[in-house]
Amino acid sequence: MNAVYNVIDFLLPFEWTEFQFMKNALLAVLLITPLFGLVGTMIVNNKMSFFSDALGHSALTGIAIGVLLGIDNYLASMMGFALIFALCISAVLDSGTSSADTIIGVFSATGLALGIVLLSMNGGFSRYSGYLIGDILTVQPEEIGLLLGILIAVVVLWILFFNPLMLTSINADLAASKGVHVRLIEKMFVLLVAVIVTISIKWVGILIINSLLVLPAAAARNISRSMRSYHGGAVAISMLSGISGLILSYYWGTAAGGTIVLIAAAIFFLTYLLNRLRAR
Amino acid sequence: METCKCSIRIRDLSVKKGNDEILSHVDMDVHHGQIMALIGRNGAGKSTLLKALLGQIPYQGEIAFSDSKGDPVAKPCIGYVPQNLVFDRTTPVTAADMLCANHSRFPVWLGHRKEKLDRAAALLKKVGAGPDLLKKRLGSLSGGELQRVLLAFALEPRPDLLLLDEPVSAVDRRGIEAFYDLVTSMRQEYHMPVILVSHDLSHVEKYATCVTLLDRTVLKSGSVKEVMSSPEMKEVFGLTLAGGDK
Repeated sequence: MNAVYNVIDFLLPFEWTEFQFMKNALLAVLLITPLFGLVGTMIVNNKMSFFSDALGHSALTGIAIGVLLGIDNYLASMMGFALIFALCISAVLDSGTSSADTIIGVFSATGLALGIVLLSMNGGFSRYSGYLIGDILTVQPEEIGLLLGILIAVVVLWILFFNPLMLTSINADLAASKGVHVRLIEKMFVLLVAVIVTISIKWVGILIINSLLVLPAAAARNISRSMRSYHGGAVAISMLSGISGLILSYYWGTAAGGTIVLIAAAIFFLTYLLNRLRAR
Repeated sequence: METCKCSIRIRDLSVKKGNDEILSHVDMDVHHGQIMALIGRNGAGKSTLLKALLGQIPYQGEIAFSDSKGDPVAKPCIGYVPQNLVFDRTTPVTAADMLCANHSRFPVWLGHRKEKLDRAAALLKKVGAGPDLLKKRLGSLSGGELQRVLLAFALEPRPDLLLLDEPVSAVDRRGIEAFYDLVTSMRQEYHMPVILVSHDLSHVEKYATCVTLLDRTVLKSGSVKEVMSSPEMKEVFGLTLAGGDK
């Protein structure tokens, strides 16, 4: 790890990189943002932004279950609950009994409320309120290794399964006609989003994780004319907002997650205007 | 493209949704080289039958594909051209993205290999469209252009069955004629069986080689003339077309 820190010191000889926690945060941002940019493209394409938001909310219940079970590392309980939660939403959606936004809204509210109730039972909710906004400055070197592993795994999955995923997102019947296992692909993507949201929530926060997933892809979509430019744009915007947000948060003394999201939002409105001007 | 000598045999096919039986004991055969028109009023189960053929809904009964020797085809390839493709028109998916994703494992988010783009252009040429469509986003294509892209998509890899679900509902009259002429010529060239769902009986008369009248089950099946002049047809549509007296 020291070698990586030395490289950062050599390439970025600035005040904000003097601290080890800022170096760790920078490394985490360099891994999380391309991950979010990549996966965000299909969350936006599949109109799943509300779904990923609900998954974020469910993290509170996951933490609560971890507390009740006496687990020190809440990641396991969050992950377990998020995967079950995601599959439950998906199964109820498949039944077609109500509109998607209603079903996801019900699950989202339930996941959040259950977490709040369970965590506040002994009057100790404030201990977990840090999860609401997250703190990327607390990321540890071993967690950076985990993020690197996740990024590599997602890129591999994106290489292997992107084409059927894209065909499914255009039209499920059309994809099925080509032998794509539509349900399997949809479930895989849902579980992938659940894993990414759960792993990142500690550093990004329940309240803003969805913004970070959706905004870069939504911004890129405004100006993209193909899948390649869409992905390139989403990853670039995500990384640009991540790095600049981290640096600005240091100098402004603000929360890193919120600052990153604000920059991504500014880029979204900029690309929105560009798109409108181009359409004239 | 090689020729296809596939045939489809449907026996005792039923589809239920809850307690409702949407399709009941459907028997049907479509042989290679046939264009079989599937007709019936709204809610007759035409689209449900197509979904069953696509494996998108559970069903009871048998759907069997066989080759020219009568041997079963385990994993048939189906070309499907849907009615008014429902998709997000702002999606940044180009015709090239869609066609290359179909015939290549190379992920389209990394771009397209030249030979795959050439292949996509050749497919478009086959359906009477130029390579200029490749760079266009799906949402910016006209109704006729989109139908040609969808047909090109359906034709690769070589389908054992071509399903056309009201394929021209978003196309103007000239485009409709051109589309059906194209399908007819492909049927003659490649001998693939075609199932065509259509509400336009004049098109059915002009382009189909046989007709199945469906109303949750098969009411009448046979040559265009037989079905069009049948009492069942009169009962369902309340009319007999001029073609029925041919």
